[in-house]
This record gives sequence, structure tokens and C-alpha cells, in this order.
Amino acid sequence: MEKRVRFESRWLPYALVAPQIAITLIFFFWPAFQTLYQSLLLEDAFGGSREFVGLQNFRELFHDDDYLNSFRVTAVFSVLVTVLGLSISLVLAVLADRVVRGAHAYKTLLIWPYAVAPAVAAVLWLFLFSPTLGIVAHWLQGMGIDWNPLLNDNDALILIVVAAVWKQISYNFLFFLAGLQSIPRSLIEAAAIDGAGPVKRFVTIVFPLLSPTTFFLVVVNIVYAFIDTFGIVDAATGGGPGKATSILVYKIYYDGFKGLDLGGSAAQSAVLMAILIALTVVQFRFIERKVQY
Amino acid sequence: MVENRPLLTFFTHLILILGVACVAFPLYVTFVASTLTAEQAQLAPMPLVPGEKMIENYRQVLTEGSARGSSAPVSRMLFNSLVSALAIAVGKIAISLISAFAIVYFRFPLRSTFFWMIFITLMLPVEVRILPTYKVIADLGMINTYAGLTLPLIASATATFLFRQFFLTIPDELAEAARIDGAGPLRFLWDVVIPLSRTNIAALFVITFLYGWNQYLWPLLVTTDEAMYTTVIGIKRMITGGDAATEWNLVMTTALLAMLPPALVVVLMQRWFVKGLVDTEK
Repeated sequence: MEKRVRFESRWLPYALVAPQIAITLIFFFWPAFQTLYQSLLLEDAFGGSREFVGLQNFRELFHDDDYLNSFRVTAVFSVLVTVLGLSISLVLAVLADRVVRGAHAYKTLLIWPYAVAPAVAAVLWLFLFSPTLGIVAHWLQGMGIDWNPLLNDNDALILIVVAAVWKQISYNFLFFLAGLQSIPRSLIEAAAIDGAGPVKRFVTIVFPLLSPTTFFLVVVNIVYAFIDTFGIVDAATGGGPGKATSILVYKIYYDGFKGLDLGGSAAQSAVLMAILIALTVVQFRFIERKVQY
Repeated sequence: MVENRPLLTFFTHLILILGVACVAFPLYVTFVASTLTAEQAQLAPMPLVPGEKMIENYRQVLTEGSARGSSAPVSRMLFNSLVSALAIAVGKIAISLISAFAIVYFRFPLRSTFFWMIFITLMLPVEVRILPTYKVIADLGMINTYAGLTLPLIASATATFLFRQFFLTIPDELAEAARIDGAGPLRFLWDVVIPLSRTNIAALFVITFLYGWNQYLWPLLVTTDEAMYTTVIGIKRMITGGDAATEWNLVMTTALLAMLPPALVVVLMQRWFVKGLVDTEK
């Protein structure tokens, strides 16, 4: 789509885009270029020597057990966050869509966690799940569960999954609710007249009609689990115990800032960038086609 | 509702109330912990009714900070969070508004190049370019400054897209009328386009304010001086490691203070918040 009416000026449009382009160049393109360039170098952490090593950093990366493990942890983590987050919010949205009285109150009470910073969400759950003083941990121990996220890999993973899902429920809920409300009532009523009960209506009509929303949310949640959960991991577990919760984005930070392995960290950034670009492309191709039904 | 099923309605409300309770439970425990003494907060299990130290705890974190770990007063951190969230929100909206205006209302060489450059920033969040961005900020001498905290975060592809989409729906007649009346592009932008964009600006403001307030990784890197910590970083720095050493009542007090402003924005500006979320993802 193009405008028919335009203004004429030799310099004004450049002046108007200049601030955004300047920031883009200085803080996005130059660092991204540096990341790609550094990923091909072997650099002394204190700036002493640098040597061009081609793809060696990448080769080492994919032979590094820690990195492969980080990939595995990220995969498990993002699948859990996406599946649990979407299922819980879908149930809540379907129910909230059903109620006549109090729908607005439920909505308000369910959306506020979106406002909580990931790192703060992590601190709240860290406190609840702390093996020595957490109240939820206390209940779990009362049930005979040996709960300790400081020592047990799975417990630590559960901790960050719970915090990440809790924070993301609001977002999924809002989009599911909007999707549900855009389904024509006449379709549901017609099915009800034909004798389909609530469960049958959901399975055969509502869920298929929600598929564009669901697909969109799957992509958004995967990106969320890959990128935005850095604060959760850093504040709740610090990647531990051992490397059990060191997801890709955390490992980039850890190797770069704590381990001072600049080339390796840059190579990991490049890989993550590629994953992100792929996800964005998938999302945009889908929006162009808009899944017809 | 399609048909009346009292039992189903009952269970609907029951499960919704359970859901709301599970979502709100951490908030309640946070509030209770913020009213206890440090010793009470360390009991296993801690009491689930509020204690009496509420005013004292809030006064202490706001004016003195925690005695162990980070010791900067939280009022200072709240101020830092507010400044950077406002700077990020206003900055993002301002530069996106004018660049979208240029892209829609002018035809000039490199127009689509600029548009694509802005688009690509979508795929380069700060998390995948941390080290080199940090180096740029360090070279510019912006460590521990508000400029360093905000500038690398204010380019915004989503805001630019949203404004572009919206400008394309503004009737051409308005621009024609403005031209006939002798108004230049800047006059048209200021007197016609910006007033028409008010709803979009409000919605974007809510979303970008939350984004700015809740930043973690970037402030963690560029603030080394306690006086520049944002609230979210301050909480993390108060947890010194080891449950015995951490003053959990004060940590939770600070956590509540960190959640309050963005949660109020979401609840009070709910309409704009929902519009902002849905629009920016289109």
C-alpha cells in the first residue's frame, strides 16, 4: 500500500529517520557485525593477541558436551514452558469466555503477572521453593517429596519452568480470550441445536478455529523461552546446579562475561541469532498466509 | 452462553477461582513476608498471616536499603527504574513516530533500505549481541549513565510498523487539505497526524514502559555503581547467597515495590495495555 499524497523535501525525510537509523547502526548493526566477526577469531581475553581461525570456534562448539547439553536443556525447557503455559491459559480462557458474570474481574486478576519482571518472578518462586525456608517446599517435604533445587537437576528445572509459565500465562490468556471472542456465536449455537455438548463443540469447532492463535502463541512462547527467560535463570538458579539449567542465552552471558571466552561466546550468539531469524521468518510467513479454514 | 447448565457453570467458576488463587498466591506470600521480621521470614514454614513490621520494613528499604548485600536505598533504585522506563518509552515512541512518518509521507532514495534496516532489529535482541554492545557503550564512556541504560534499547521495529500501518489508514484527503491550506509536512505531522495517533501512542506507551521497567540483562551489565541500580537489579543484588544471610523480608518488600508500578499501569490502563499487546504483535 502506498500513499497517493506526498510531501516534497530534499532533506527532511533523512532528518526524520536519522535518530532511529543512527541507533540501529551504532547499537544493533555494528555489535551484530562484531559478534559475527569475533566468532571467527581466537582472542586473548585481555586484548593481547587475536588470530583468525575461521570456523574453528563453531567446530569446537558442536563438539563441546557443555554446549550440546545446553541445547538439550533449552529444548526441554522451551517445550515445557510452551506446552504447560498454553494448556493452562487455554483452559482458563475457555472458562472465562463462558462466564457471564464476573468475566472482567477474572481477566483483571489473571493479567497482572505480565507486569512482573522475569527476574522478580524468579525471586518470588525462589522464595516459595527454597528447600530450607520456602513454604511450598515445606508442603512438598510434608508429602514425602525430597525437594531440593539447589542439588537436584530436575527440581531446579521445575523451578524455572514454574516461574516462566506463571509469568507468561497472562499473555497467552489474553490472546486466547481474544481469539475465542472472535469466533461467531452462530456457529456454536448451530452446533448446540444439533445436539453437540460443550466438549464436542470445543473439539470440533472452537479448537480448530483457534489454530491461528495457537500457532502464533507457540512461536512467541518459544522465542520467550529462548531469550526473555534470561532473568529467570540468572536470578533463580544461576544456571545450576552444575550446568543443569544453563540455557543457551545464559551460557552466552556466562562464557562471555564470567568465562571470558570471547570467540566461543560470539559463536554461540551467532547460532542463537540464526535460530531467532528462523523463528521470525516462520512467524511472518505464517502471518502472510493467515491459515485459512 | 449457549445453554444453561448450572453444574457446569459452578465448575467453571470453581476452576477460574482456583486459577486466580494460584496466580495470586506468590503475590500474597510476598506481601506477608514484607510485613515480617527477618527471623520470622526464615521460619519453615513462615506464618501466612501478615506481621507487624510492615511500615518499618518499607521505611528501611526506601531510606536505607538492606544491611547485607546491596545497601543502596530502594527509593533511589525506583527513581532509576522510573527514569529509564520513561526514557525508553518516550524515546521509542518519538523516534518510531517520526521515522514512520518519513517512510509513509515521503518518497526518497534508500527509503526501503531504511525500512528493512529497522525491520532487522527485530531479530537482534540485546541478548544475542551483549558483548559488542557492551564494548560500544564502554568506549562511549556511558557505563553507569542513564544514556547507557536506555539508548541501546530504544530502536523499535514494532513501534515503527504500528505507526506505519496506522498512517497508511489516514485518509489522503487530510494531507491534501493540509497542503492546500499551506501547511508543511512538520505542521501536518504535529497538528493532524499526532492528534490522530493518540490511541496508538497510549497503547505503545504502556507496552514500552513495562519493557523498560522490567529490563534485566542490560542494566545488570552497564550498572556497576549501586547508585545507578534499577530496582530489578537491586533485588538480585540483595540475595547474597545462602538463605541464612539473606534478609528475605526486605528482599520481598523490595520485590513488592518493584512490581507495584508496572502492575498498576497494567490494571489501571488495561484497555490501552490490551490494545498495545494485540497491535504490536500483528
